[in-house]
Amino acid sequence: MDAPYTNTDHSFFTEKVIPNLHSELPPDIYEKLFSYRHERISKPIIFIGITTSSIVTGALRTYDAIKNYIEENTLNADLVRVGSLGMCSFEPIVEVQLPGKSRVAFRNVSADDVPSILDGALNNFIQSDIALFQYPSSILELWPDVPLMTEHPFFAKQNRLLLRNSGIINPESIIEYIARGGYSALAKTLRQYTCDSVCKTVEESGLRGRGGGGFSTGVKWRKALAFPTNERYFICNADESDPGAFMDRLLIESDPHRIIEGIIISSYAISANKAFIYIRNRYELTVKRMETAIKQAYDFGLLGYNILDSGFSLDITIKRGPEAYVCGEETALIRSLEGKRGMPSIKPPYPTEVGFNNKPTVVNNVETIANIPDILLNGASWFANIGTQNSKGTKIFSINGKVSNTCMVEVSMGESLSTLVELAGGVKSEQVLKAIHLGGPSGVSVTPDEMEVPIDFDELISKGIPMGSGGVQILDETVCMVDLSKYFMHFIRNESCGKCIPCREGSNRMYQILDNISRRPYSNEGHNTLERFKGVIHLETLAEVMKDTSLCGLGQTAPKPLLKALKSFRDEFEEHIFDRKCKAGVCRDLRTFYIDVDKCTGCTACAKKCPTNAIIGTPRSPYFIVEEKCIGCGVCQTTCKFAAVFFK
Amino acid sequence: MKEKVNAILEMYSHSGRDSLIPILQEIQEQVGCLNEDAVVMVGKHLNIPTSKIYGLATFYNQFRFEKKGKYHIQACNGTSCRMNGSKWIIEYIEKNLKIKNGQTTRNGLFSLEVLTCMGACHLGPVISINGEYYAELTPVKLKSILDELIIE
Repeated sequence: MDAPYTNTDHSFFTEKVIPNLHSELPPDIYEKLFSYRHERISKPIIFIGITTSSIVTGALRTYDAIKNYIEENTLNADLVRVGSLGMCSFEPIVEVQLPGKSRVAFRNVSADDVPSILDGALNNFIQSDIALFQYPSSILELWPDVPLMTEHPFFAKQNRLLLRNSGIINPESIIEYIARGGYSALAKTLRQYTCDSVCKTVEESGLRGRGGGGFSTGVKWRKALAFPTNERYFICNADESDPGAFMDRLLIESDPHRIIEGIIISSYAISANKAFIYIRNRYELTVKRMETAIKQAYDFGLLGYNILDSGFSLDITIKRGPEAYVCGEETALIRSLEGKRGMPSIKPPYPTEVGFNNKPTVVNNVETIANIPDILLNGASWFANIGTQNSKGTKIFSINGKVSNTCMVEVSMGESLSTLVELAGGVKSEQVLKAIHLGGPSGVSVTPDEMEVPIDFDELISKGIPMGSGGVQILDETVCMVDLSKYFMHFIRNESCGKCIPCREGSNRMYQILDNISRRPYSNEGHNTLERFKGVIHLETLAEVMKDTSLCGLGQTAPKPLLKALKSFRDEFEEHIFDRKCKAGVCRDLRTFYIDVDKCTGCTACAKKCPTNAIIGTPRSPYFIVEEKCIGCGVCQTTCKFAAVFFK
Repeated sequence: MKEKVNAILEMYSHSGRDSLIPILQEIQEQVGCLNEDAVVMVGKHLNIPTSKIYGLATFYNQFRFEKKGKYHIQACNGTSCRMNGSKWIIEYIEKNLKIKNGQTTRNGLFSLEVLTCMGACHLGPVISINGEYYAELTPVKLKSILDELIIE
């Protein structure tokens, strides 16, 4: 199964399937195509999700173990790599499908677990405690005691349109995508639509850019199409650089052909003959999967010269972004493609008029593009029925932080923010939800009492919450808001391109101020104390200036997390400034560890674990901590069995 | 080194400024880092002032001017990892190996690179040493990992 497709398959697709994609397929061809969906099978298939996030959990070792197991037992079974279902905390996920039986998923399968799980599953016995869910099916026999996918709490509240194929199909195989209805939107568009009518359909559907801006995609396309020129460019922005956002990465790794189909349709709409995919250089697997997918699309005649005999030609090139946060901004991204520093430029002129090589260029986010095939296939009114009045469709979020289940979910617009917390299974046990943070370094933290806001571009903006690109962090009481604001400001300070002085110097100064209040004073002399207060007084004015005078979104939104935190969590900031205390115990300069002389038995456990040898004493009598050496990591506290270590 | 750079430049003959970043990426991949000679050669080839290329290379996070160590440590400092204590992991590395982000130890054993997100948010803090991932780290765990590498 490692080869994506064999020669016989190839001719079947290029001769029989692809020329007929725009219409209903003859029954015999449909029957054969259906067989690639792995539903009616003659031998067992084992699926394993291989993506960046699951590789960290050891999915490649599990993959090798399964391969060995199949070889050792000389099994007649297929092993297929699939993408991500979005349940990152349960990875590596292995799925088993037996002939006539429904496909069942197992969670957290390490290499050592492989023999026991497969021994059982292949003999029609499964342990229900490690079985996650099974796929619903009307023709196949269901497993007893295993919940259905549609009833599983993680999937029940989602509306998986873009993630429909994620984790189910093999991302390295174009035929599985075609077997599930892929590329028929493209065929339909090229036969039935003019460039103008594609723009019109997308405009009527109400699709808005998912990168954070929320600008109407159809309007953007129309502008580029209306500009008189002989050359236009289309760019897919996959430079996902918000820390804690991994939706685009997993989407490409799980279903790259959906993006390619979207890019071809989008390029057709603005009549561009050249498209770029700008992916972060760091995303090695993502780049690899995309390269494979593009090569397959060329092989099947879906890219290149005269696509599907329509007279439309398109070339897609992958450009590896050299990693700069500001390159997520469209003008900066275009500068980077031109081989310059990624610095934003003044708008207007917009890139839709003067963009790459001074030609009209449309830059769209990965998630926006993923919506396009479905809109063209099902029509504008179908899409306009999903979501709210002004925000149509669905939105993908990657939820992480202090949460039980890190995951990637897709919900309809209009669901409340608290749904996201629910889907992720809430905060870890024994903890209290403090806030959720939307939008990364330019987003805000939303307190629990504001969480009933529906997910909608306009509703959120009216409450002062930016939609952001989809990264969501869940915070509990162990997170210090001062530290979080400091972290984001440090990030902006590093990533500011340096063009506008307010952003470059402002972010640095704000970082210094936040750093000042979250560490011990160098001395208690008057000057030092004055500096701390002086800085804090300036904080709000500085933030306003930065917001008003920066050129691009990075600078304008940089003070947002801080301003919102100052508003919602003012007491926490005051505590840091006046009492020099950090309730959460994160600002390590403000916490001092002590050993309770009465409780310490001198067991030496903490002294052995201390990475800096800061704990000294003689065995069987109370130890003590040398303050100068202590880096405040807190290991001694977690090690101590007698709860003798505490901090003030 | 010069032959490698020349071979790369030959592949990009007759190309303009838009291939500057791919050329630098290729050089870094094959040579391990950028250096003065390479930048000058690229400048001559593309007819761009060396200062501009240096400016561009220092602007982007990807390019480094110090050779990677035998053990290249990539530490994640994403929001999720930060909440779970990546701050202390990075500080421990900086303090004990006496290197900062983008630097290499004098004996050429370790180099450190701090990343914004590695996409393993449920396992924070995460580091990767030469592509091998270590998840849910604490300074104690890290100490034993580094000690083992030093003994080797």
